[in-house]
Amino acid sequence: MAFGQGRSGGGGRGKKGDKKSGDKEKGQRRPMFRRRKVCKFCADKIDDINYKDVKLLGPFVPERGKILPRRISGTCAMHQRKLQVAIKRARQIALVPYVTD
Amino acid sequence: MSDRQYELVYILPPDTTDQQVTDLHGQIEQIVARMNGQIEKNETWGRRRMAYEIGHHKEGVYVLDVINGSGDLMKELDRRLKVMDQVIRHMVVRVDEEKRVVERTRTKRQTESERRRVKRGLPPQRQPGEGRSQMEADDDSDDRFDGMEA
Repeated sequence: MAFGQGRSGGGGRGKKGDKKSGDKEKGQRRPMFRRRKVCKFCADKIDDINYKDVKLLGPFVPERGKILPRRISGTCAMHQRKLQVAIKRARQIALVPYVTD
Repeated sequence: MSDRQYELVYILPPDTTDQQVTDLHGQIEQIVARMNGQIEKNETWGRRRMAYEIGHHKEGVYVLDVINGSGDLMKELDRRLKVMDQVIRHMVVRVDEEKRVVERTRTKRQTESERRRVKRGLPPQRQPGEGRSQMEADDDSDDRFDGMEA
């Protein structure tokens, strides 16, 4: 209940939606299609989040160079913490960018 | 107390020759040997593109050393690497504790799954052809996180 209200009644969001008429339809449809987010490391049973493994860290460092937040990636708290350390180490040796404009 | 294990990664300019790489590695080996340490593994990743420029270099030669030794050794090594101007970046990370934790969680999961399987009256190891096949597993990965999703 509370969740649905937040989406439709949010002030900032509502204003944005006014500009595009197609947005409204999308907004109602989306919750149906949202898949459940699962921690990648729990699901794949990856114990070691290593700073040398750029392929593993890559998806968690979007174009801008910031670390992808948990609420978007769905990573669990423990693994996000390990991921954060690994990304910061990888940044030091230029495997992962600090910033990219 | 047993020795600690460290990983040392350093980056050299892209125009370094193989000879220079081995020379530098020899120097590091010397320091390690003098301070009663030992190099467990030496790996050269070769030239690779860096994520950002360091001292106007866009590429670098990466070298990894796994070293068993004391903290004093790494301190000395760190100091020496800071002074060397042919090393454009280096990093020392202690890995023994993390390795131990990883090992522990892995064995724990293994024994746990074996225990549960025995309880269900199954052999402790997974039999071939049991459970979901690889194809299905691939299909399953679709609902996991794969890159951007806002």
